[in-house]
Amino acid sequence: MSEPFLIGDSMTGGYGNGPDILHDCTIAVNKGEIAVIVGPNGAGKSTGMKAVFGMLNLNKGSVRLDGEDITALSPQDRVVKGMGFVPQTSNIFTSMTVEENLEMGAFIRRDDYKDTMTQIYDLFPILKEKRYQAAGELSGGQRQQVAVGRALMTQPKVLMLDEPTAGVSPIVMDELFDRIIEVARTGIPILMVEQNARQALEIADKGYVLVQGANAFTGTGKELLADPEVRKSFLGG
Amino acid sequence: MIDFLNAFVALSNFVLIPAISYGAQLALGALGVTLIYGILRFSNFAHGDTMAFGAMCTILVTWLFQSWGISFGPLPTALLAMPFGILATMGLVLFTDRYVYKFYREQKAKPVILVIVSLGVMFILNGLVRFIIGPNDQRFSDGERFIISVREFKALTGLKEGLAFKTTQGITIVTAVIVVIALFWFLNRTRTGKSMRAYSDNEDLALLSGINPERVVMVTWLIVAALATIAGTLYGLDKSFKPFIFLQLLLPVFAAAIVGGLGSPLGAIAGGFTIAFSEVMITYAWKKVATYVVPESWAPDTLVQLLSTDYKFAVSFVILIIVLLFRPTGLFAGKSV
Repeated sequence: MSEPFLIGDSMTGGYGNGPDILHDCTIAVNKGEIAVIVGPNGAGKSTGMKAVFGMLNLNKGSVRLDGEDITALSPQDRVVKGMGFVPQTSNIFTSMTVEENLEMGAFIRRDDYKDTMTQIYDLFPILKEKRYQAAGELSGGQRQQVAVGRALMTQPKVLMLDEPTAGVSPIVMDELFDRIIEVARTGIPILMVEQNARQALEIADKGYVLVQGANAFTGTGKELLADPEVRKSFLGG
Repeated sequence: MIDFLNAFVALSNFVLIPAISYGAQLALGALGVTLIYGILRFSNFAHGDTMAFGAMCTILVTWLFQSWGISFGPLPTALLAMPFGILATMGLVLFTDRYVYKFYREQKAKPVILVIVSLGVMFILNGLVRFIIGPNDQRFSDGERFIISVREFKALTGLKEGLAFKTTQGITIVTAVIVVIALFWFLNRTRTGKSMRAYSDNEDLALLSGINPERVVMVTWLIVAALATIAGTLYGLDKSFKPFIFLQLLLPVFAAAIVGGLGSPLGAIAGGFTIAFSEVMITYAWKKVATYVVPESWAPDTLVQLLSTDYKFAVSFVILIIVLLFRPTGLFAGKSV
């Protein structure tokens, strides 16, 4: 099997000098695929993703992007390398307009980003409608679209989403999943953490079930959904 | 009818014009305070003395120009000297940032620690200014004194009440308008300005977006230095320059920033005028205006002055307390760290 596009390989580590939260945890995403990290509360799902993004210290293991070892890079440098990250909370500039949020997303770009903005408006038509409105005035689902749009402005090679559907209604959640699939269809690999395990695994090419900071089950979305043990423990039968 | 006109002229002369120019000076000062609060996240108590330092540099250059015989026609020479004052103040704030504030920023010091640090900077600056220029009143205004003097106005309109519009008041208002427009254009239209707002809004996300915090901080200090110098020089031109005055001015400036909502530039302007108008209106003796407006038999015997001018700083305090009690984030909902 060839090397995945982005891989956090057997990562062990925690925040600052605190205790290890991840134990030999591996998360990877292939080109053109959606990989989903699920698991019970406190399993280290978000921590795993943050480790891939360089927000905590790894004592063991490495992170490789397109074959290049980026373990030592800061999160800012990883953005420059082509990683887009949408944090779970405070992921937009609330006092700025939707358009300004997108402009700030493109801050590191020195070329003309008008085309990218048009693409994002095509992907999220509601944002075009509200482009001159302060992002903080939008609804929860719309804010998440702004957040994803902001991350897409750098034209990332891989997009990482930390619980994009946290705190939105089921209807909005379905719509957000549709949008995420559309983003994936544009060719950007997506790695995301999700609370709503069932829906997330349904759209996932690859699923990681984490328990206590370690890989418990790994497989395609369908495999995991069909696995009786996964169903029993995490999907409610 | 003519009585109402006279009343309005008296009101303009003693309340409106002074309050507008004072409000403009406060607004410029409060803008500096609010920018530092929004970006560096602490209340900069050294701001009053930064204004004093800027004004002092401007005065020194003004004297130099005057000794060379350079003048600005009917306008004060200080306007020509102001760019040099701004440059000197920029140097000063970058110096204090590099050698004082940066250390605490890297330690991720709490805002309250930075406030105390800024108090230290304030005392040193205050001493420095008095050491260089002396503690006394300094006069440096020249050029035409009035745009319209009382006598000209009376001859022009034939009204009993006169109206004086000092050149310094005119310059204050015009300069403030230009500076505010330029500042808002910068914050809302330019890449750097937007990155400053983004940093103020959400520091972590700004870092994720590749915004360089040290650059944002530097640009903020440069703008604040310019604002402080302009505010200090205008205040000095309009009233007089005395180092200690700027220590007292810190109160209404902070009151203006807090009333408007710390971190909100628009709020700083609204706050500046709120404080200025309250101060002037509460300490003004309304007898003259009242006499024109009410029937003769009702004419007041007293001065109709709510508060002696000695207590004008109390007005800022009272407004500050009322705002903090009922709307703690200020009129324009600023931040609260």
